[in-house]
Amino acid sequence: MKRAGAVALNTFREAVRDRVLYNLVFFALLMMAAAIFVGQISIGIEELVIKSLGLSAISVIGLLIAVFIGVGLVYKEMDKRTLYALLAKPVRRWEFLLGKFGGLVLTLAVNTVAMAAGLLAALVYVKQHLERTDTVLFVAIYFILLKLMLVVALALLFSCFSTPLLAILYTSAFYVAGLFVEEMRTFQFATPNPAASWLLRGLSYLLPNFENFNVMAAAAHGREIPGALILQNTAYAALYCIIVLLIAAAVFSRRNLK
Amino acid sequence: MITPNSKTLVLLVLLVLGFTGVWRLQQGIDAQRAALHEERDELVLRSGKLLKAMSLEYTPLLADFYWTRVVQYYGDKRARHDLHFELLSPLLDLTTTLDPHLLVAYRFGSTFLSEPSPRGAGHPEQGIALLERGIQANPEYWRFYQDMGFIYYFELKDYAKASAAFEKGSEYPDSQIWMKVMAAKVAAEGESLSTSIFLWRQVYETTKDPQVKENALTHLQLLGVQEDCKQLDKLADEFQKRTGRRPTRVSELVQVGMLPQLPVDPMGYPYVFGPDGKAALNLNSPLLEQQLLHQNAK
Amino acid sequence: MAGATIEIENLTKDYPYGFLHLKKKRSLEGLTMQVEDGEVFGFLGPNGAGKSTTIKLLVGLIFPDAGTASILGKPITDIEMHRDIGYLPEQPYFYDYLTAAEVLDYFARFHDLTAADRSERVKRMLKKVGLETAGKIQLRKYSKGMLQRVGLAQAILHDPKVVILDEPMSGLDPIGRREVRDIILELKREGRTVLFSTHILSDAEMLCDRVGVIVGGKLRGVGAPGEIVGMKTQGMEILFELPASTATSTASANAAGILAKAAKTGDRYRLQVTEEELYAALEQLRSAGAKILSVTQVKATLEEYFMHLIEADRAQAAAVEVSGK
Repeated sequence: MKRAGAVALNTFREAVRDRVLYNLVFFALLMMAAAIFVGQISIGIEELVIKSLGLSAISVIGLLIAVFIGVGLVYKEMDKRTLYALLAKPVRRWEFLLGKFGGLVLTLAVNTVAMAAGLLAALVYVKQHLERTDTVLFVAIYFILLKLMLVVALALLFSCFSTPLLAILYTSAFYVAGLFVEEMRTFQFATPNPAASWLLRGLSYLLPNFENFNVMAAAAHGREIPGALILQNTAYAALYCIIVLLIAAAVFSRRNLK
Repeated sequence: MITPNSKTLVLLVLLVLGFTGVWRLQQGIDAQRAALHEERDELVLRSGKLLKAMSLEYTPLLADFYWTRVVQYYGDKRARHDLHFELLSPLLDLTTTLDPHLLVAYRFGSTFLSEPSPRGAGHPEQGIALLERGIQANPEYWRFYQDMGFIYYFELKDYAKASAAFEKGSEYPDSQIWMKVMAAKVAAEGESLSTSIFLWRQVYETTKDPQVKENALTHLQLLGVQEDCKQLDKLADEFQKRTGRRPTRVSELVQVGMLPQLPVDPMGYPYVFGPDGKAALNLNSPLLEQQLLHQNAK
Repeated sequence: MAGATIEIENLTKDYPYGFLHLKKKRSLEGLTMQVEDGEVFGFLGPNGAGKSTTIKLLVGLIFPDAGTASILGKPITDIEMHRDIGYLPEQPYFYDYLTAAEVLDYFARFHDLTAADRSERVKRMLKKVGLETAGKIQLRKYSKGMLQRVGLAQAILHDPKVVILDEPMSGLDPIGRREVRDIILELKREGRTVLFSTHILSDAEMLCDRVGVIVGGKLRGVGAPGEIVGMKTQGMEILFELPASTATSTASANAAGILAKAAKTGDRYRLQVTEEELYAALEQLRSAGAKILSVTQVKATLEEYFMHLIEADRAQAAAVEVSGK
């Protein structure tokens, strides 16, 4: 665990030195522009726009970082051979993977927390005060983070055996498919072919369901999110990450580093 | 000792356990989210024009996507016997705004909208409106008039307008000749069995969609049953004239030689006389359910 | 196991290639050898002979298709084994966003060292490889030679009992090579076992107690550098000058026969003789007034030796093919 921690910290350091966190500047500018101009172009939905825009930006920026850095996590170390000296040290390969995963999740967490602070600041500027219902925003942001964790796990898995370009393709495909899982389940009503419908139904439970984490609409309207959903989503993300990392470890442990 | 094989085995077991857990969790999450959403609708944006602007150069793809949503929405509602189709019309509007030339969306969409509950939304006037927009965007396509006449004839029972629609469609050079015939027939007779049968037969013969075909077949069968029952009732009247009493069984008509053999419905079940003395479907016939469904609808 | 420090038995490695990895290329075939405690062992062979494959198998970067190996009595699959080995990859490369000190500190974290111990060791190692002034510069600005030094530093950072170096001298200038040689000799003095690979004979000769020659994935001989077949003396070379005054004198007539055999470059002559003829030739040259500059042994180069082995392989393969028909 200590060794995975060392890898994680180094991964975080790499992200920081590669200026990944500069995206925060972009986010800050976006929030500022929205806060200043939204009142002038629309009436009565300033708060709604700030919330939806902020949450969407947090999600999109997080996804971009998760996918584009995630797919290089392992591949880059193999390609540049930085991994060779490391694996001769007393470190197991799954510890390395866990560290890489933890490092990027840490980066995303720091980034997301900073963006959340920016969103709150913009909200305060527009509304002049905060309400109790605004806490739903934190739940929505927490769900976004859970979603990003899952994306990182998938990207890491593909990074173990594929080039970054293909890994980006695979990861995005999984992400998009994961958004339509519910459609796949209802699709059985529309297709007369029972085999296809069962296949889709089975697949819909195997694929990661990213729609689970989407409560942006509820959060924008300040509707309460049940505590049970928070717990279940946490368990879901954790379990799914464990499964994906397990597969990644199995793949990576057998891999020859030529 | 840990061999690679036993490791693989352990991994497989863990994966099965893991995905079982995922499945269980998902069901819990589904339940929570179902409570959270009053109507899981996809109409965040109701403006087709805005959507069109936002879809960049991928508008046709987005239209196809929305059309799929329409089919899903309709299929889902029907399967769950949910009779509220209030999103159907806005979804169709979006789809056809995104791609005004998506003919299939007008044709099926108008059917979905027009058919009475529980098979459709029961809003034939919305179906007509959709078709009118379709005609405006695709003035060269005569089949819209066929569909329009169909809706006026069957759902709205407005035979003058039905005739006018058929007439209008028949003016197209590539339209089929029966359109003109129908225009005259409907204008003269209003609703008649032979017109109904003919119109459904047209649907049955021209559609490529198996579900539509099946629906048309059911309608044709029910119309056949209607015709059969009418004939049987006539025979029963004659039987009463001869013997002074109503027949209680169809077989009595065979015994006196009025029928060569026991008449059966399109599914092969013999007809019976109901308690009211009228000819009816056999209680075992699968068509009975359909008949009840369609009667309720009207 | 009271056996050798490094025990390799029947180690075999195939690399799959081609469509769906259906074809296989044998990279190492049935390698069996030992490296004894405290010795410096040189792995000699041309590029692609299987040296790197063997080393990567030993440090667990790749996995054998057959055979076993152990280091200090622990099988190479045992993670504990890694505590006592240091490894320098071929053409090492490290995180270029880190400084040398940071990279060493990072690697030290995998060895259960305290923070104080880590910083002390990092300083000591940087000094040892001559990078104490460059420790605060990001590695992206390092030259190849400097990276090689960082690689050496991380390999010996944790006082390993066994040090495995893959081509430690490649890509270095003469001063760099010398420094690496000194470090290897120092490791030997400290009682560590060193295994390194090279394709340069003189490096092996200068440093190794024993060498193993590997060609085409097979071990072709193990022994002290001098014992290896290809390194036997093939003759002697005499380098001499004839002073201008004596060149025309009658005395030089005595050496006319020998001068005819010598090759002339500038003022200097180069003469190749067998070991038996050496003293007679020297006597003649002395009487001719020649000034002897040097007498050196002539050896076949390692490349010639490798070529010889490869050609023998081809001949054998051809013979098998013929007899097979």
